[in-house]
Amino acid sequence: MTDTPARVAGEPSTSGSAAPTSPPLVEISGLRKSFGAVHALRGVDLTLADGEVTALLGDNGAGKSTLVRCLTGVHPPDTGQILFRGEPIQLSSPDDARHLGIETVYQTLGLIEDLSVWQNLYLNRELTTGFGPFRVLDKKSMIAESGDILSRLDVNVPNVRATVRRMSGGQRQSIAIARAANWGKTLVIMDEPTAALGVRETAAVEELIRRLRDAAVTVLLISHDMAQVLRVADTAYVLRRGQTAARRTVADATGDELVGLITGAVEGAAHG
Amino acid sequence: MADTQAPGRLGVNLSVAAAARFAAPIGLGLVFIAFFIATPDFLTTSNISDLLVSASILLVLAMGQQLVVTTAGIDLSVGSNLPWSAAVLGYAYTQGWGLPAAVSLALLAGLAVGVMNGLLVARLNMTDFIVTLGSLSVVSGLTLLLTSGNTIPVNSDFLRALAIDGIGPVRWFWVLAFLVAALVGFLLFRTRTGTYLLSTGGNIDAARGAGIHVDRMRLIAYASSGLACGIAAVLFVARTGGSDPSLQTDLLLSSIAAVVLGGSSLFGGKASVLGSLAGALLLQSLINGFTLLGISQYYQPVAVGVVVLGAAFISRFQK
Repeated sequence: MTDTPARVAGEPSTSGSAAPTSPPLVEISGLRKSFGAVHALRGVDLTLADGEVTALLGDNGAGKSTLVRCLTGVHPPDTGQILFRGEPIQLSSPDDARHLGIETVYQTLGLIEDLSVWQNLYLNRELTTGFGPFRVLDKKSMIAESGDILSRLDVNVPNVRATVRRMSGGQRQSIAIARAANWGKTLVIMDEPTAALGVRETAAVEELIRRLRDAAVTVLLISHDMAQVLRVADTAYVLRRGQTAARRTVADATGDELVGLITGAVEGAAHG
Repeated sequence: MADTQAPGRLGVNLSVAAAARFAAPIGLGLVFIAFFIATPDFLTTSNISDLLVSASILLVLAMGQQLVVTTAGIDLSVGSNLPWSAAVLGYAYTQGWGLPAAVSLALLAGLAVGVMNGLLVARLNMTDFIVTLGSLSVVSGLTLLLTSGNTIPVNSDFLRALAIDGIGPVRWFWVLAFLVAALVGFLLFRTRTGTYLLSTGGNIDAARGAGIHVDRMRLIAYASSGLACGIAAVLFVARTGGSDPSLQTDLLLSSIAAVVLGGSSLFGGKASVLGSLAGALLLQSLINGFTLLGISQYYQPVAVGVVVLGAAFISRFQK
């Protein structure tokens, strides 16, 4: 943590050759986190390739949530290193993560039901006009831009002035993801985004994830749905008892193999 | 034909929701009509003028309560905070500190109680209901200690003029109450702070997750309610010419009732300043009309209570 030995001298090269040589967006190594006697993370290594969808798999209690909280600044890790674009970072609060463009869609979505869609999209990022104590909300701009935000992701919400309470489960999920995608310029973390959704709504969310990847946003997807992982993810990491149990390229993996890795039926070596 | 069905069903839903949402204005209209029929003294210029003056005190309290209820809290301490602030005003004035200092102290006394409530609720995470119930008792005791239980007369020409005069037919009380209501409306619906207050009440975990300082929002709400008590106390002293430590406990229920009648949710996250205004007017009209009709004062709390229960019943149909 004292210096950056592996850092290649010089600026990242021009856009043409940047993709193959640029460092991964996030590189986690040897991450450990204990809560008293409970060792939630006992050495996690994980790499999020820039612009890819990475799935994070594991049984309940495997450490997925703790890992996400370390990555979003909720829990500072005990030991280990997080490299962001090749540079070590210290995340001591959720604000730190937000400043790096990391946004999270939790299972609870984090929407305020009695506020309108546009108010939720701009929650704690409100646009204002005026100055000093006379700042007032710039509703017109926020309403207009909310429409743009949603249409850019092809999210179907008829009226951004309606309250979230009136939205269906799929619409809410889409709004939460759209909000994260709009502000999360680098990494969007989703915790079981389709756990509570029907078939059609699940398909819409998966389409949204693909669109994020097309827009060069890196996605970390926590899911228990193997079919879904096979459909949308590029890479899958399996956590078991707080450790990285395996890394698989999804194109070469099968659902049975991934399930086996999660339960421990299949021994997997953490391949870097 | 499917087209004709959909609007019909929507229309029914809308009318039930609308009735719930506009319970206070509808109730206000009904009460006005009822008293207008019952007595010729009700709908006269002088009576309505006085009615609005007495409603001003309740309205200011309700605006403070509105902010607390918006954050899913409740401020039970207004019942003793108003007499406390009034007693501080009377005490300071009789000590010869002059009216500006006495009024400032009254506002500070109210604010102090609110800040204390806010710190206990927001910082120490104590239950709002218990905290304000406790301070209701503590502050009423402090008031009795300060005044030895006696009414303190305040003979101030300025305060008397404040209660009686105005700009033409517009009384100063209305102006003050309107300013307080406008300020609360502006804060809630035009500023970032308002959005954060609504978010804190609507879903405190989501608000915290979005980086909103929910503790600060709750502190602001309770402090504002305390300050509103201070303002209401000044109006109260101006109107009655003194501070009576034993009076005005019914303003506690009325302030909460006005907010609930107005369509705000006691679970937080929803606010309506105009609704609370209508609610305060409705409750004050009831008391005013009962007095005009010569109905025993003992029926007033019964009527207010029934209206509150009715509002709670109607609010089941909301959303």
